Amino acid sequence: MRVNISQKKVRDQFVAKIEELSGQSILACYQCGKCSAGCPAVSEMDILPNQVIRFVQLGLKDELLQSKSYWVCASCFTCNARCPKGIKIAEVMEALRQILLRKKKDYVKIPKLTDHEKEDVPPIALISSFRKYTS
Amino acid sequence: MKISYYPGCTLKTNAKNFEDSTLCSLKALGIEVEEINRWNCCGTVFSLATDDLIHHVAPIRNLIRTKQAGSDAVMTPCAMCYNTLKRANEKVKSDPDSLEKINNFIDYEKISYHGDVKVLHLLEILRDQVKFENLAKKVVKPLNGLKVASYYGCLLVRPKEIGLDDVENPQVMENLFTTLGAKSIDFPHKTECCGSYQTVDNPSIVAERTHKILTSARNRGADVVAMSCPLCAFNLDNRQKQTAEIYSEFKKIPVLYFSQLLAIALGCPEAALRLDLQYVDPNPVLKQKGLL
Repeated sequence: MRVNISQKKVRDQFVAKIEELSGQSILACYQCGKCSAGCPAVSEMDILPNQVIRFVQLGLKDELLQSKSYWVCASCFTCNARCPKGIKIAEVMEALRQILLRKKKDYVKIPKLTDHEKEDVPPIALISSFRKYTS
Repeated sequence: MKISYYPGCTLKTNAKNFEDSTLCSLKALGIEVEEINRWNCCGTVFSLATDDLIHHVAPIRNLIRTKQAGSDAVMTPCAMCYNTLKRANEKVKSDPDSLEKINNFIDYEKISYHGDVKVLHLLEILRDQVKFENLAKKVVKPLNGLKVASYYGCLLVRPKEIGLDDVENPQVMENLFTTLGAKSIDFPHKTECCGSYQTVDNPSIVAERTHKILTSARNRGADVVAMSCPLCAFNLDNRQKQTAEIYSEFKKIPVLYFSQLLAIALGCPEAALRLDLQYVDPNPVLKQKGLL
């Protein structure tokens, strides 16, 4: 993949916003890949967790906003538990979701769920899905 | 220490088997718990965004209700409620500014919150207060010959500061089942995520996880898989239907709450197990082992 790196991208508000919402210092990551090695959701991801962090470091906003990786992250915290630099990757994933959700871009459209889909699952599933996927 | 009981939403509906078996077991152990008056949903997930205080209000309000009941601690059997209540509690304890903001926001409450309620999981009560050596003396129907794989999922053990046992290799449930006379089966997927709430919009992801987790437990020789989370239980039990449709070689395996096995061992009546709520019928294996 060819990537254009620029100071403008790296210093973009977008990167600052992710750092602010996640409370993480993104540059601490040295790309060991342990988060991706332990992540049970990687088979569904287009960008692996360590790549998500790398893309944030480089300010690759468009690539990140088109990714579906943070939507298949279920905040299981395996990456957080294993990161040797103490970076909370799950919090970075949450920041990316929040950036989109706060623009009213809901990932799960509640009116589109059928009665069967809603009645089929327990309350704990619906509440957590709506908490994570809607604004 | 007076302990209040927080059931959470799903224990009153789909997971009535979890609640009934828990309450019967506690009664058999001589532990009295009182359900919190006017409890509300904890929100199920802890908000990870640094500025998202509003979603900590629901769990904190439950801790206020606990205080109002004159209790020092709140106990829940649900792994998700445990995690959310405990994390919100630790958050406000370590961040006085956010505690002040939340207290100001709910200033219509008769008391404000000061971070002084302890959040406990039922497994912690059994391990640390009842203690397994005392529990062993109360067993009237040992789970002899039953091979149980303990599934922890995510939220009982992560994050590390919140978890009730070792983050990578928890043992509390294995020790519980050994105490109850069963054979505990170790398997490598015991703390791997079941796909959680993606069961709503993407059940095929959950089917893939269910396949992986349950096949791993079965390959180690487990008769049943035990757990503590109503969402994991739904995914690993009910979603076996989709799993079997996608993976033709998949063999179903009964999934139970740890409290149901505890209730059997403590001599609770079958009605308290509510086995009618299971998707994969555990009756054949439990009868075969002489436990029903």
